[in-house]
Amino acid sequence: MICSRLTSACLPSLWLDRAAIRSPWLLPRDASIHGLALDRHLLLNLWIALALLALAHLILLTGLLTRRRSEPTHLWRIEYLPLAALSLLFASLTLKAERLWAASRYTGASPTALQVEVTGVQFAWYFRYPGPDATFGITHPSLVAPGEGNPLGLSSSDPHSADDIVSSQLVLPANREVDLRLRAQDVIHGFSIPEMRLKQNAVPGQTIHLHFTPTTPGTYAILCTQLCGLGHYRMNATLLILPPDQFASWLAAKLAAKQKAAP
Amino acid sequence: MTPHFNTPPAQPHPASTTSRRLRAAVFSTDHRVIGIQYLVLALISVIIGTILSLLMRIHLVWPDWPLPLHGQILPEDYLALVTIHGTVMLFFVLTTAPQAGFGNLILPAQIGARSMAFPALNAASFWLTAAALLTLLSSTFVPGGAAISGWTAYPPLSAIASSGPGQALGMDLWLASIALFATASTISSINTLTTIIRNRCNGMTWDRLPLTVWGWFTAALLSIIAFSVLLAAILLLLCDRHAGTSFFLPNGDLVNGILHQGGNGSPLLWLHLFWFFGHPEVYIAILPGMGLTSMLLANFSHRRVFAYRTMITTTLLIGLLGILLWGHHMFVAGLNPFASSAFSISTMAIALPAAAKVLSWLATTWRSRPSYKTPMLFSLGFVSLFITGGLTGPILAQPILDEYLHNTFFVVAHFHLIMAMAGVFGLYAATYYWFPLITATRNHPGRLLSEPLGHLHFWCTLLGAYAVFLPMHLTGLAGEPRHYAQLTGISGPGGSLSPAGVLLSSTLPLNRFITYAAIFLATAQLVFLFNLVSSLRKGKFAQTNPWQATTLEWHPSMNPFPPLHASDTPDISVHRAPCQYQSNKIEISFLPQWEPILLAQDEIVDATDTKPE
Repeated sequence: MICSRLTSACLPSLWLDRAAIRSPWLLPRDASIHGLALDRHLLLNLWIALALLALAHLILLTGLLTRRRSEPTHLWRIEYLPLAALSLLFASLTLKAERLWAASRYTGASPTALQVEVTGVQFAWYFRYPGPDATFGITHPSLVAPGEGNPLGLSSSDPHSADDIVSSQLVLPANREVDLRLRAQDVIHGFSIPEMRLKQNAVPGQTIHLHFTPTTPGTYAILCTQLCGLGHYRMNATLLILPPDQFASWLAAKLAAKQKAAP
Repeated sequence: MTPHFNTPPAQPHPASTTSRRLRAAVFSTDHRVIGIQYLVLALISVIIGTILSLLMRIHLVWPDWPLPLHGQILPEDYLALVTIHGTVMLFFVLTTAPQAGFGNLILPAQIGARSMAFPALNAASFWLTAAALLTLLSSTFVPGGAAISGWTAYPPLSAIASSGPGQALGMDLWLASIALFATASTISSINTLTTIIRNRCNGMTWDRLPLTVWGWFTAALLSIIAFSVLLAAILLLLCDRHAGTSFFLPNGDLVNGILHQGGNGSPLLWLHLFWFFGHPEVYIAILPGMGLTSMLLANFSHRRVFAYRTMITTTLLIGLLGILLWGHHMFVAGLNPFASSAFSISTMAIALPAAAKVLSWLATTWRSRPSYKTPMLFSLGFVSLFITGGLTGPILAQPILDEYLHNTFFVVAHFHLIMAMAGVFGLYAATYYWFPLITATRNHPGRLLSEPLGHLHFWCTLLGAYAVFLPMHLTGLAGEPRHYAQLTGISGPGGSLSPAGVLLSSTLPLNRFITYAAIFLATAQLVFLFNLVSSLRKGKFAQTNPWQATTLEWHPSMNPFPPLHASDTPDISVHRAPCQYQSNKIEISFLPQWEPILLAQDEIVDATDTKPE
């Protein structure tokens, strides 16, 4: 019976989930695998908050509008019982949230995931693919020269860097897990793709891994969500999700262009 | 430079009596004068902070509007507005007014003390705070302008002068200002704590302390813990900026062509230190308001505070938990994911003492037919805003949901409702309630603020607060990030919108509404300012105890002051817990804390039963 009650409690949230896709002021459409559960949990939370908000105001207004009576004294019934109920509610929400968090963050990406490095620089994002050798070349801050086409400071003396592809657009294949390694060259940036339900700061001096699986081909916004200086508002990039075969040909074309440019 | 507050009245060359009297009035060590000075400083600050927020709102939806005498607002100007708005509001309004302002003005009277424990230190901390405000505001006029790294000042943005305009001298002044403020707050908190511990009058036991005093007490404890850490962090950051250290700077950090080599520090260290201060700070801002709300609801409902001892416990518990959950600001900052889980649990836990407070407020007013004086209305508004803002707290406390909501306008809506709006409602309740005590002199009793204007002010402010901050939840859910100077993205070829532009500009219609609502909300505050100015001069004289309050600040010797020296005033002693109201009697409906028992025993059995549980 509890089970069926829980299901019926979740049902309106599922219904809103569908509605939200079309509403301009609610969540934008999710295009990742882990996002579905996140959305469901978020909408459940929003409904619970809304219900508690209405209940509390109803009690407040009823109490104000009705006739005066002697003051309430049942400490257990008024204070501790509702607190126990709220504890249970918050504990179950926490438990559910922790499980979702653990699923997306406690373990890293699978070894077969596509490797992409993301670098935040005032005020742009750069995306680096390791190329056929599957190894990122060494970068050094003293070699950084955006004017000469080397915004990441890729070291030409490292053999691994010859086939590295640097792009200002993040292009990914649909339905393949991606392992992003986030870096920042100068200040803290916030890497966020709302439609992938992703957000993680890129911190100078650290490499932070973030993994997810995009599902729906299309173009999506990449935003900076950590105040990083005067151009913070325009530190946007575009994520392009392609069907796997188109992604492969995009990568091949990029590599060919790079090798043609190299002496 | 040390301010000359301590100048002894006897000067080597005698000054004229008027200038000496003026100096004595300005550099007073009287806690009431200092309290009023703090409140005036907070009032100036809140006016500045509100104007800055209006400029931000206007710029967001009409980016081409030229600010008179300045011209168009540039992205760096927008960020400077954000930074100074946040800093002024949080430090100089929400920390200063409830804790230092009303703390000085009311706290000694409420515990039956004649003065604060350290009057000279008290004056010193006010003048340090004033110096801090001037330092902060002066940063607007230096080359590069004010700092642009927000009130959280994350390094390396705040550590390296080349990282943006305002990050050179403007940032130094910001740091100097906050260092001064932290010093002042620590001194003032030591003063508050010592006063509460040492200067209580006879009979004022710990469980008879009004909940406002418990709020000030807990907030002062938090201030000492939090501001000392902030001061340390600021000194470390100043060392990074000027002494070549690398506490917050990693090796190889390259900002605008300037390479940092040498020590290998971590920006995350700043985040830890800052939020170890920053989270308790929001409780410092709200705890006095929570205490006041409990007391005012009881006062105007003619009831006791429901579950008084539980309210004392929850105040202390909120203080304790408040220093254990700073990591919830850092779920996506690069923390170990296990740490995020732990901080998520401690954050969820604080929802319970907060909920206990709400339950007590609901029970206190339940079927009480309260008298709807303006202070009561603002207290009820506080409850409503605290509930609305508080319910989004557990949502943001879940790391997986924060992964979507972090640094969106959902967060802006959350903390503005629960901290800013609830905090300001607490301040308004305090101002309307204690106005007679602010205006009382030796010559005449205090004045009341106008009730009709107060009602108008309340309803407009409540409506405006919800109209501004409820829709922000929606733009946040739609993905609008904070600190964005424009919501159009960069247009692609032919002016086409980028995906970011599509996402951001879809929030513009609602943002336009929010801006209109913000202008309405700010305009409504003119009613208050008008009420304040006119009532200061022409307000109705208040009776000695106009609200039938039970707490000591309404003792007959407070309003008006007797024409006696402090040492000649009769001793005040306390006989019972506050809020002893008899529900069903009309003639003797309340027993103040100071009143010795003069009634027949059977009449007061009910009233002297101090244990509410």
